[in-house]
Amino acid sequence: MKVLVPVKRVIDYNIKPRVKADGSGVETAGVKMSMNPFDEIAVEEAVRLKEKGVVSEIIAVSIGEPKAQDTLRTAMAMGADRSILVETDVVTEPLSVAKVLKALVEKEKPDLIILGKQAIDDDMNATGQMLAGLLGRPQATFASRVEVADGAVTVTREIDGGSQTVKLALPAIITADLRLNEPRYASLPNIMKARKKPMEKITPADLGVDMTPRLSVVSVAEPPERKAGIKLDSAAELVSRLRNEAKVI
Amino acid sequence: MTVLVYLDHEGGAIRQASRSAIAAAARLGDVDVLVTGPDAAAAAKSAAAIPGVKKVLQVTDTTGNSELAEPVAALLAELAAGYTHILAASSATAKNVLPRTAALLDVQPIPDIVAINDADTFVRPIYAGSALATVRSADAKKIITVRASSFDPVASEGGNATIEEVALPAGPGGSTFIATELSKSERPELESARVVVSGGNGMLNEENFKLLEPLADRLGAAIGASRAAVDKGFVSNEYQVGQTGKIVAPELYIAMGISGQIQHLAGMKDSKVIVAVNKDPEAPIFQVADYGIVGDLFTILPQLEAELDKAG
Repeated sequence: MKVLVPVKRVIDYNIKPRVKADGSGVETAGVKMSMNPFDEIAVEEAVRLKEKGVVSEIIAVSIGEPKAQDTLRTAMAMGADRSILVETDVVTEPLSVAKVLKALVEKEKPDLIILGKQAIDDDMNATGQMLAGLLGRPQATFASRVEVADGAVTVTREIDGGSQTVKLALPAIITADLRLNEPRYASLPNIMKARKKPMEKITPADLGVDMTPRLSVVSVAEPPERKAGIKLDSAAELVSRLRNEAKVI
Repeated sequence: MTVLVYLDHEGGAIRQASRSAIAAAARLGDVDVLVTGPDAAAAAKSAAAIPGVKKVLQVTDTTGNSELAEPVAALLAELAAGYTHILAASSATAKNVLPRTAALLDVQPIPDIVAINDADTFVRPIYAGSALATVRSADAKKIITVRASSFDPVASEGGNATIEEVALPAGPGGSTFIATELSKSERPELESARVVVSGGNGMLNEENFKLLEPLADRLGAAIGASRAAVDKGFVSNEYQVGQTGKIVAPELYIAMGISGQIQHLAGMKDSKVIVAVNKDPEAPIFQVADYGIVGDLFTILPQLEAELDKAG
């Protein structure tokens, strides 16, 4: 069976984002970019399913500027077989991305679509659910365990206060949470091999998708700074301060 | 304008975070609410008592279908005709359901709002709280999740709303609810606790992490954890405080052995008083802590308990 894995190029999670001086957004020029960490987990899960013999082909997709092809190369170095770059310089939103993915799903007919639960730039946590809604297909978000058997997938999901298990008929949409797996690092030979794997380049217009954002950014600002307090020497002093000064115990 | 709020409840008790979502909704218009599940009747009764709620829509369901995103998203999309905004507290349930509803309505959702500027304009954190974006929606309807710590919850008593039973649509099918496993705890809920005691990498292992329990018991606190502690398996990820875990704003937050990575700070920096204990004087957690102690937490922890006992 075929798996589609969408991946997003974002500011590396180790870099502290800086708000642009004019308040129009966050500075990305000259900043280290990487694959969204939740998408790495999604790619890893697809690769593990292929290693188990459940999956025969993994297609990685990225929607964004031409440099997103670096992210697709990373996905292929991890084990994706081929990739599709949907080039656009318009700001991507979960709704427009889900529409692009819907068109690709209808074309490629994958049995599973595995996405990261959230991109760490816009923190929307929405694309997988929206794709499932647009396709009218079952969804399992925040997956911590995925098992494919007999034309269905059983997913354990992280919920508030515990976990939930659901069973979905294929094709289905899964979004990956932190505990699903630990993504591998691409080895040098695999990075070299990935250069030769096929990458198709198309545009949203080729798929008939209007990318016009529904949300306009009025401004982006730094959050209010919290001031550092004082260092204390003992537990006794801390308890006394909490009781008499802060009055919280 | 009338706003619909999809409520989270536990065995019929409305969660505090949902009362914060009602507070946000009340800023936008009249408020109706939706409750679902096997205990929907009890939840509807609690919801009807919340001041400001006009009407409670109740879906009593014992099939497990109300646990699934597909039918609930379809229901919300059906109900949307009568509302300008659909809101919910930013819970795992709401994040599962609301974006799907938004897709059915051709709307771009607005997650995790921390402020309302007007009926179309909202403030939300991006990049794990490193920036705050003010966004204006061009959609006719707004689908919104609310960061509970940014809105004071409405009271739980004093209202008298009407209750109306509605039916859950079948949805597209293809998904089956199997089971829910909730971890049992006598402690307060992490997101609404008055005091939170959190442990990080500095707790070193699962066994040591349990050393936080007596302190939490002593303070009536919920226990939290940093992502590092969760990733290393000291505790399960329902304890995780941070951008990808729970967002908390207690009166007192005690961080033990937590360095204070940006994604953790995003989940707790709105706490009223922050205490940090860490052996590294340069740990970023000290930049947000009101009171810090540089030292070995395994020495300081028992001292802290002894001092609390001494003081009564």
